[in-house]
Amino acid sequence: MNEFLTNMAGVIAAATPVVVAVIGETFSERSGVINLSANGLIVLAAMTGFAAAYLTGIVWVGLLAGFLTGAIAGLLISFSSISLKQSQVAVGFILSLLFRDLAYFLGTPFMVIPGPTVSGWAIPLLKDIPILGPLLFDQNVLVYFSYILIIASYYWIFHTRQGLVLRGVGEQPISAYSRGIDVNRQRYIYTALGSGLIGLAGPMYSLSIKAGWNGTMTGLDGIGWIVLSITIFGGWNPLRGSFGGYLFVFLQWLGLALQSYWTNVPSQVLQVAPFPLMILTLLFVNIGDTEWVTRMLATLPRGVRGAFYKLFRFLRKPPPASLGVPFERE
Amino acid sequence: MHIQLKNIHKYFGSVHANNDVSLTIEPGQILGLLGENGAGKSTLMKILSGLICKDSGEILINGEEQDLKSPADALRLGIGMLHQDPHDFPSMTIREDLQIWDQRSGRANHSAVDWQALMKIQEDLGFNLDLDGSVGELTVGERQQLELARLLWLGVELLILDEPTTGISASQQEILFSALKKLAGQGKTIIFVSHKLEEVKELCSRAVVLRKGCLIGEREAPFDENDLVKLMFGRQITRTRTAHAGTRDVCLSVQKLNIEDFRIAIENVNFDLYAGEVIGLAGMEGSGQRQFLQALAGMKQPSSGHILFGDEDLFGKNCYDYQKRGIFYVPSARMEEGLVPGMTLEEHYILSDCEKRVFIDSKKSHKVTEDRIQRFNIKGRAVTFSEELSGGNQQRLLLSLLQDPAKVLLLENPTRGLDIESTNWIWSILRERCQAATSIIFSSADLDELTFYADRILVFFSGRISEPLDSAGLDEERLGRMIGGKD
Ligand SMILES: Nc1ncnc2c1ncn2[C@@H]1O[C@H](COP(=O)(O)OP(=O)(O)OP(=O)(O)O)[C@@H](O)[C@H]1O
Ligand SMILES: [Mg+2]
Repeated sequence: MNEFLTNMAGVIAAATPVVVAVIGETFSERSGVINLSANGLIVLAAMTGFAAAYLTGIVWVGLLAGFLTGAIAGLLISFSSISLKQSQVAVGFILSLLFRDLAYFLGTPFMVIPGPTVSGWAIPLLKDIPILGPLLFDQNVLVYFSYILIIASYYWIFHTRQGLVLRGVGEQPISAYSRGIDVNRQRYIYTALGSGLIGLAGPMYSLSIKAGWNGTMTGLDGIGWIVLSITIFGGWNPLRGSFGGYLFVFLQWLGLALQSYWTNVPSQVLQVAPFPLMILTLLFVNIGDTEWVTRMLATLPRGVRGAFYKLFRFLRKPPPASLGVPFERE
Repeated sequence: MHIQLKNIHKYFGSVHANNDVSLTIEPGQILGLLGENGAGKSTLMKILSGLICKDSGEILINGEEQDLKSPADALRLGIGMLHQDPHDFPSMTIREDLQIWDQRSGRANHSAVDWQALMKIQEDLGFNLDLDGSVGELTVGERQQLELARLLWLGVELLILDEPTTGISASQQEILFSALKKLAGQGKTIIFVSHKLEEVKELCSRAVVLRKGCLIGEREAPFDENDLVKLMFGRQITRTRTAHAGTRDVCLSVQKLNIEDFRIAIENVNFDLYAGEVIGLAGMEGSGQRQFLQALAGMKQPSSGHILFGDEDLFGKNCYDYQKRGIFYVPSARMEEGLVPGMTLEEHYILSDCEKRVFIDSKKSHKVTEDRIQRFNIKGRAVTFSEELSGGNQQRLLLSLLQDPAKVLLLENPTRGLDIESTNWIWSILRERCQAATSIIFSSADLDELTFYADRILVFFSGRISEPLDSAGLDEERLGRMIGGKD
């Protein structure tokens, strides 16, 4: 039991950068901008963050550097897609490759050297709560920050006026515009902020979970793509997105844990299992949209049908209607 | 608010949408802005509300020149506009929708969200919007109501209404008009864009007419209708009614049909549609007409019942099966459901052409496009994007896309936003089809249109459907009462 708790606490810690990056992506996609560069950006920010922390000896500087790397990348994406009206997909994709290679290239001087790391800090009192204490409150500050971020971003998007404006801008920019909202300004702000959070995920790895900078061996390549898909899975909602992040890392852990029991299953199978599982979940989430399901439901008695409709409506979250579409006033 | 427009010009590419328009509007006045489809009315109003920028000219508000760069600037001055296609947020609840506006441009006394004031406005206008309902589930008319209530709630000084009465019943219109008169009495300025002369006659103290981008005339109340028509179209227009082609051959028979969704339940519908007949659906927007039309088109699954087409029961089939049999549905939200923004007219025709071939026969599609543009008198070219057309011309495009061998046409508000000439003309086309045994079911908020063009009328009231009424000799008063659920 205790061991399981420790493992789960590890899962939560390991999922933290994923969760933070998913929330970042959620912010920018809610405003209508897809940040496809997440993958390369996380790698690059891991490198810059580590380098900054190593050079100054202060981890906070490293974290800040990661955030700034992301924010600058965000401004770049906004500029090209909003001001220059370039395709967000093409630009994001290329930036993703570019950032990654840039990280490997510029990171050479910082290869395999020990650097500062974020140290753990158990929260007094809270850490003594049975089960929850060791699970949630015996972590480091970054993890606590992610808790706050999850709740704050959810509250911001769904329970504040500013959040409504953000969603409006991503849904119907023309309507938002004719109500006096500066659509492009909103998009700039949220893309920079969101991209900053994605950037922050980088040093969360290199200064904590996978401490150090090991170039191509750092093993961060690929996480950004997962972040993008979890954002969709999460229906552009920080709570669901975070759940997706934790679920994904849990499945990864499960794959590793089961390896010792199911020795006859090739280890590769268990390692890639989380990916098809994520796809299956996505499928289930959107199944209510398909025609055959609608037809099948029509044959059910009223009460049952109603329950299914409710379930599907709850699960299904359509993307922001203007995602990826540049806004042009008429 | 005193408004003066001086020599406004606006080009869209080679289209001169506003040509040297000068106009003064006094405070407390209700000004009617008339003009045929594509005359440039919406363009002029969008310029005044900051949504688009003029190419040249001056706008003076209360004597001061203002440079309206964005709607935010206009809102700050107290200019609000109800757009022809509502500018709202279909994915949100009404309550959420209402909270989206830029606070810096909102009026000071409304920085807090005052739901009571909103409910009061709703009540005064006789609207019945459920704040927790979703905007996307409203009909176009209800969405216009929502926008109108919202603008009044924000307390604008100049209220621009771009065809606000398309989805409102006669009684609601009365309430709306008296509300507008009251607002004008309080010194607010109102610009009322419309095609409907009766409305302008009833409401406005002054009317100006645009034609092909130019302001060509101005009249004070009392207006002479014929005179206004002549100004608008350059000639007299009379309604022509073709003989009914209705036969007694049953084309579609609906039996014990039940339709339900989370919004409305329609129970036990029974009627026969005869070949070549026109049935009109009367009723307030959102009383179930849309669900009914969609169910008959296979776009919405009815929960039980029979839809007999010939010997075949179409219940449970999908909309492609219906289309294969020549049953077509034309929605009223043209930009969202009917047309594809970002595609040209020609591409629309190619898309709607069912021919199964890989390559586009460009010679043929050019020909079809030119032919349809001419035949349907669309003010646009083959390479024009659908969203660049004026509202009325979008409607023409939508109707021109209908496949030819049609057995049943299900039209939701087919002439919404069309001027008299176009309405006449569309109906002459539709009537021509009836001669060829096509049957039509259409919904409309316009009682005149219903009694004039329909052979029989079904009245909807919150999901209940009346017996079919013969439109010949039907008295409009009674129809109005039935629509209000009082008969
Ligand atoms: N964004 C645009 N791009 C290109 N052309 C446009 C655009 N908006 C309008 N036009 C053109 O300008 C002309 C005037 O359009 P406008 O929408 O002002 O007409 P309208 O008087 O409001 O007509 P309706 O009664 O049909 O709504 C039309 O020929 C239209 O095709
Ligand atoms: Mg218009």
